[in-house]
Amino acid sequence: MEAPLLHLALVGTPNSGKTSLFNALTGSRQKVANYPGVTVERKEGFFVTPAGRQVSVVDLPGTYSLRGRSPDEEITRDMVLGRTAGEAAPDLILCVADATNLRLTIRLLLELKDTGRPMMLVLNMFDIAARRGVSVDVPKLSEALGVPVVTSIAVRKGGIAELLGRTDEIAAQEQTPVGPNRWQPLTASQLRAMQAEADRIIASAVTLPAKPDTWTGRIDAVVLHPVAGLFILALILFLMFQAVFAWAQPLMELLSSGFDALGQLVQDTLPEGLLQSFLQNGVISGVGSVIVFLPQIIIIFLFILLLEDFGYMARAAFLMDRIMGGAGLHGRAFIPLLSSFACAIPGIMATRVIDNRRDRLTTILIAPLMTCSARIPVYTLIISAFIPDRDVWGWFNLRGLVLFGLYAAGISSALGVSFLVKFFMLRDYAPAPFMLELPDYKLPRLKSIAIGVYTRAKMFLQRAGTTIFSMMVLIWFLASFPTAPAGAEGPAINYSLAAIIGKALEPLLAPLGFNWQIAVALIPGMAAREVAVAALGTVYAIEGGKEAADQIGHVLATKWSLATALSLLVWYIFAPQCASTLAVIRRETGGWRWMAVTFVYMLALAYLASLATYNMAVTLGAG
Amino acid sequence: MSEQTDIRTSQPLGLAKRGYSGVIQHLAVAEAMSALAGHELESRLIELGFVEGARVEVLHEGIVGRDPIAVRVENVTIALRRREAMAIIVA
Repeated sequence: MEAPLLHLALVGTPNSGKTSLFNALTGSRQKVANYPGVTVERKEGFFVTPAGRQVSVVDLPGTYSLRGRSPDEEITRDMVLGRTAGEAAPDLILCVADATNLRLTIRLLLELKDTGRPMMLVLNMFDIAARRGVSVDVPKLSEALGVPVVTSIAVRKGGIAELLGRTDEIAAQEQTPVGPNRWQPLTASQLRAMQAEADRIIASAVTLPAKPDTWTGRIDAVVLHPVAGLFILALILFLMFQAVFAWAQPLMELLSSGFDALGQLVQDTLPEGLLQSFLQNGVISGVGSVIVFLPQIIIIFLFILLLEDFGYMARAAFLMDRIMGGAGLHGRAFIPLLSSFACAIPGIMATRVIDNRRDRLTTILIAPLMTCSARIPVYTLIISAFIPDRDVWGWFNLRGLVLFGLYAAGISSALGVSFLVKFFMLRDYAPAPFMLELPDYKLPRLKSIAIGVYTRAKMFLQRAGTTIFSMMVLIWFLASFPTAPAGAEGPAINYSLAAIIGKALEPLLAPLGFNWQIAVALIPGMAAREVAVAALGTVYAIEGGKEAADQIGHVLATKWSLATALSLLVWYIFAPQCASTLAVIRRETGGWRWMAVTFVYMLALAYLASLATYNMAVTLGAG
Repeated sequence: MSEQTDIRTSQPLGLAKRGYSGVIQHLAVAEAMSALAGHELESRLIELGFVEGARVEVLHEGIVGRDPIAVRVENVTIALRRREAMAIIVA
C-alpha cells in the first residue's frame, strides 16, 4: 500500500527565501488557490522524495511570531496549530532561515517549538553566508536547538539534496513524534527571554564576519539617499513603463500578424457564412486581440518580481512612507499598490500585510485606480490610433509619454481619494506604525522569477481562454443577430441586438462623446477590461466587413474624433470596469458596503472626468 | 571599541541623527506616542530584535522630516518611524 501524502509547511520570517525554496522543491508543480499573490494566498506544491514518498508542501506567509497581528500572520498561526478548518496540522514544519541573518528566525523557531510539531531548520542561502564569512557549526546548532538542521542552496541544482534526504528519514519513522501543544501567546518578558536565548545559541554556534555585507551598504548609500533615492525610484518606474510600451512591440506585432494569418487561413478555407464569421470575427480576432498583450503582461510582472527578489521593494516602501503618509497612506501600502499595476486583485489581497484595518481599507479603496495590466490593451489601442509616433526631446517617445501620463493620472487621483477618505471618513485617524525589515540585497534567482512569471502568464491565458472567450462569443452573437432583413440599407450590425442595447445606452453616454459601439463594448468590459478591445474589434469587424477586421486601430482613427478617444482613455483611468476586482473587495472587506462605495465613487469619477475631458477637447477644436 | 564604553547620556533612538551608534538600554513604550498599545509595541519591537544590549546604528533617514529611519540592529536592518523609535532608549 502506498504511504499517505506527507504534509510539509514552510514557515519563516519575511525575506528568508521561503518562496525560492518552495519553487526549488516543487518546480512548476504548484497550485495557487484562486489568484496569484506574493505568498499571501495559499500556495501548495507537490514533489516526490528520492525514496519515492509523495509530499505536499504549503508556503505560509512570512511572520516574525505566532501572535497573528495581521490576517496574513493569522493564516500562518492557524495552519501551524492545526486550527484551520479542513486542513490537517503539518506532519513536519520546515522553519526556513536566511543563513546570513539568523537572529530573528532562531527566536521564531524557539516559539514554534512550543507547538510540539515535528520541525526541521533549513539554513537557506548557505552559499551566500559562506561567501560573506558567516560560519555555522551545524551539529552544534542542531544540538542547542534540539531540532535537525540542514543547509540548502535553493537556487542551485542539487542544493536541496540534503533536505530531501532528511525528509525521507523523518517520513520513514513509523510515528513522527508529535508533542503536546504548549504554545500560548507570549508576554513581552517571555519574548525578551527567548530573544536572549536565541542570541546565546547563535553566539555559541555561529561566527559572524567582522564586517557586514558591504554591497548592501554601498547600494543603500545611493538608493536610500533622500534625494537620489527618490530620483532612482522615479527612474525605475519610468523605465518600467517605457519597457512595457517599447520592448513589447516587436513581439506583439509578431503575435498580431500570426493571428491575422490564422484569420486569413480560415477565410480562405471555409465557405462564406455563419461558421466563417464566427471563427474569424468572433474567435480569432476577438481572443487574438487580447492574447496579443501577453508580452506586456510578462514584462510588467517580470519587473515587479525582479524588484521584489532583489530586495528593492522594501526600500521603495521606506522612501515612500512619509510621502504617502501625507496622503493618509501607510508605507506598507506601497507594495500592494505597486502590485496593483499588474492587477488589482493580487494587489488587494496583498493588503493583508497591513495590520491596521483603516489603513488597509483605504488601500483597498484606491488600489483599483492603479493602472492595471488589463487597461494596457485599451490604452495601447487608442494611443496607437490617435497619438503620432514621434520622438520628443531626443529619446522620449510621445506615445510612451502619454502612457506615462495616464499612469500618473491614476496615481495622483488615488492619492487624492486617499486624502479625502482620511479627511472626511476616517477622521479619528492615528498613524499606524511602519516597521519593516530591509533585507540585504540578493541577486535575483532567475529560475524562481521564471516560475513566477510563468504562473501569471498561464493565468492570463486561462482567462483569455475562458472568461474572455465566452464574452467574445456572446458579443459576436449579439452583433450578428438578428440578421439584417433582405434589401436593408447599411451595415448588418445596425439591425442586431448589440445595436439595440448600445443605442439604448447611448443617450446616457453621449455627453461623454461615446457612440453606441463604445457603449456595447463597455458592457462585456465589465468582465475584464481588455475585453472591450476585442469587443470593439468584433463590432467594427462585423460592421465594416473583412477590410476593417485587419486593423482595428485604423478603423477607430477614421470613426472617432480625438475628443472621443481622449474621453475614453480618461474613462478607463477611473471606471470600475472589472467584476472580479469588485468581488475581491467584497470578500476582503467582508461585506457589500465597501464594494458598493468603490463602485459608486469610481463610476462618478469616471463620468465626471470623461465629461470634462470631452468638453474641453471639443472646445479646443478636437471634436 | 573604547568610544562605545565611554559614559554617555542615554537618549531615545527617535532623536538620534544619521550615523549614531549605540547600545539599547531599555524599552520605554509609554513614552512613545505610538498608535499601538504599549504591550503591542513592545512585543513588535522585541520581535524585530530591539532588545536590551543589542547594538544599533542609524544608517539612513527619509526625506520628509528625516523620517522614517533605517536602523542596523546587530546584523539586521529595520526601517521604522521616529515616533516608534522614541520607545527605544539607547546610549
